[in-house]
Amino acid sequence: MVDVPFGHVGTAPESDVGDVELYHPHSWVTKYVFSQDAKIIAIQYSITALAVGLIALILSWLMRLQLGFPGVFSFIDANAYYQLITMHGMMMVVYVLTALFLGGFGNYLIPLMIGARDMVFPYVNMLSFWTYLLAVLILVASFFAPGGPSGAGWTLYPPQAILSGTPGGQDWGIILMLVSLMVFIIGFTMGGLNYVVTVLQARARGMTLMRMPLTVWGIFTASFMALLAFPALFVGAVMMLFDRALGTSFFMPSIVEMGQVLERSGGSPLLFQHLFWFFGHPEVYIVALPAFGIVSDLISTHARRNIFGYRMMVWALLAIGALSFVVWAHHMYVSGMNPYFGFFFATTTLIIAIPTAIKVYNWILTLWRGDIHLNVPMLFALAFIVTFVNGGLTGLFLGNVVVDVPLSDTMFVVAHFHMVMGVAPILVIFGAIYHWYPKMTGRMLNDALGKLHFWVTFLGSYAIFFPMHYLGLMGVPRRYHEIGDMAFVPASAHTLNAFISVVALIVGAAQLIFVFNLVWSLRSGRPAGGNPWRATTLEWQTPETPPPHGNWGKQMPVVYRWAYDYSVPGAAEDFLPQNQPSAHPAPGTSHG
Amino acid sequence: MAVALILVLIAAGSVAFHLVSPWWWTPIASNWGYIDSTIIITFWITGAVFVAIVLFTAYCVYRFRHQPGRQAHYEPESKRLEMWLTIVTGVGVAAMLTPGLFVWGQFITVPEDATDIEILGQQWQWSFRLPGPDGQLGLTDTRLVSPDNPLGLSREDPKAQDDVIVEGGELRLPVGKPIKALLRSVDVIHNFYVPEMRAKMDLVPGQVSYIWFTPTRTGTFEILCAELCGVGHSHMRGTVVVQEQSDYQAWLQDQQARSFARLAPAAQ
Repeated sequence: MVDVPFGHVGTAPESDVGDVELYHPHSWVTKYVFSQDAKIIAIQYSITALAVGLIALILSWLMRLQLGFPGVFSFIDANAYYQLITMHGMMMVVYVLTALFLGGFGNYLIPLMIGARDMVFPYVNMLSFWTYLLAVLILVASFFAPGGPSGAGWTLYPPQAILSGTPGGQDWGIILMLVSLMVFIIGFTMGGLNYVVTVLQARARGMTLMRMPLTVWGIFTASFMALLAFPALFVGAVMMLFDRALGTSFFMPSIVEMGQVLERSGGSPLLFQHLFWFFGHPEVYIVALPAFGIVSDLISTHARRNIFGYRMMVWALLAIGALSFVVWAHHMYVSGMNPYFGFFFATTTLIIAIPTAIKVYNWILTLWRGDIHLNVPMLFALAFIVTFVNGGLTGLFLGNVVVDVPLSDTMFVVAHFHMVMGVAPILVIFGAIYHWYPKMTGRMLNDALGKLHFWVTFLGSYAIFFPMHYLGLMGVPRRYHEIGDMAFVPASAHTLNAFISVVALIVGAAQLIFVFNLVWSLRSGRPAGGNPWRATTLEWQTPETPPPHGNWGKQMPVVYRWAYDYSVPGAAEDFLPQNQPSAHPAPGTSHG
Repeated sequence: MAVALILVLIAAGSVAFHLVSPWWWTPIASNWGYIDSTIIITFWITGAVFVAIVLFTAYCVYRFRHQPGRQAHYEPESKRLEMWLTIVTGVGVAAMLTPGLFVWGQFITVPEDATDIEILGQQWQWSFRLPGPDGQLGLTDTRLVSPDNPLGLSREDPKAQDDVIVEGGELRLPVGKPIKALLRSVDVIHNFYVPEMRAKMDLVPGQVSYIWFTPTRTGTFEILCAELCGVGHSHMRGTVVVQEQSDYQAWLQDQQARSFARLAPAAQ
């Protein structure tokens, strides 16, 4: 029963400050290149991140060729293989997913969804993108540096990351990797401060925090977390750089390198792991929370139903964000840390399953008694539910300390984290692009191509990663250049590996359909109009599509209701925009 | 309709794959059957949740698909339902966590009668050290590592002088005796992993970690390195040979004789 005034239409408060004058670009360069408009910056971030994603995808093809058909491709030797996995992982986690969700969707959607003209610090926002681009270039440069990129694994564990037994350890690879990460973090900090301050300070009249769309909540919480988590990685990178370049011993105990005793002592390899995972675990949720938020809005809009349990959804987001800072050592159960930590970290890790489960229940309860339109964004949202639930549940194996012992460092872990923070968030990214592309360009993406792309990507990804769990359960370790002869691995497992590789090639190739669709629809897509999905949130109510600089023209929007007034009983339409004061608009009133 | 059907097939297919696929864990060879039991409990609970959620989603997609004239139900929240779901989830989580923590308690509590052995990793090979007749392992120091002292034993420590060093990657253990393995590395992080023993723990330079288990059947099992340790990582293999007590004792005495002979020049 409704006991809260969700549909309650209050009067909007007077604005505290007057409308601000924006910086207006004077040339093509300041408008489209060194732009201070969050929407342009968003597109710059997105295109850069998608380009890095394509590189990382090709790297994954190469590593799958080696795993599926060992020995056939002689150019993928052990050096190359470890460089491939390292660069694939680091690129995907940091330079693709983080950049796309926060730099891409954050920049595009925050100002539009909260009814602001732009980010509060447009100049810093511009610097954020160019710093990010610099970080990408430094990282990519390591492919061409002497010795090639680092092959330390994306977790970069010292001492091996900076010793000669690892590709790039005594060459340029690890140095470029660490410098690139530091530059990335500087760039992200500028962007992240912007996202947080904009949400807190620049909301439209009437846009209370508890009226914000969950997309904004997700991106806001993730940005706040990233501002707290990335510094741990930053100091870890600085310390490792000192160890590598200046001969310090932050992470280096007394140690032997290729038979020679080095002049190092007193450092702790585990210290780096604590710093890394203090960043690394929140990072999982920095990727997941924006996906949670976005998928909530996709489901609600395309099921024409209010998101179920909005307040619980907000609190669950915040609870997950807070808890994610006290679970990091579940990545370290078999690291040699004090084993008594296991009790604490297993408990916190399994507790985090509760708010996460609440979110899943509320997504499927939003579908319940809805009016489900199975268009492409909704298909991706459904696929997200399947893959996220699957990947989340296998997290209960790995989080439960003693169960982690046989599974840790095996292909089970690879399958788990690809399902939960690779496939699931990327499905949301695709859904979100199909959903918001019409606002960004004024044209719809092609539906038939979208569905083809969807089915190959979803079913293919599931066929890749679901069986992979069982290789890990059998004991096949991860990060093996070649399995070779293992007495306990039957021939059928090698067949399975070959199957996984073939499907991975197909799924990768299917992404070309998506890229083609993005380019083709730019000119030839069906004109979208201002609000093709008949959605309630503010970005669909702009006077022009695509929204121009300043977003709102002369009149700033005023918000009268929450973001989920779909199918309100008695209303003329099955959606009530947030800026619509009355449930019964006079005939002829436009929603924009 | 097709979408709902495919969702049902995904749930059914996943369960079928789990039940009939040939890929399953290795037959256990240690005392850690409780770990396997906890995994089975976890499979049941998570499997039931997965199937329930996917089938419910499929049902919604079928039952509430868009049709002309359909209007969604407007209901912002239901505190009762949300509370019940939270409680049920909490119970499910507790049902996995409780046995998990209980078994972990056993996993880290080494029995009094366990025999200490040392497992040493270096790029990219395994070495082992067993206590000599004094029953104790002697001191080591990474700074003492040299070609004629690859494990870095302290020659001043009398306890080290009778230690049995096994190079070549083959570890022998007696069946039915609890073993406490002290894990040490002289270069980078490695991980001692024997799938059949359900044993896995990192070897970290600068510290000594440990793991304990009791081999429960004789046989030869592979040791894998499970922590990326450089380009030779996937070649860092060894074997554990679990033997009957009498066979093991015979082997051990032979090793002790050889070890003394080898250490003799340095003791002069």
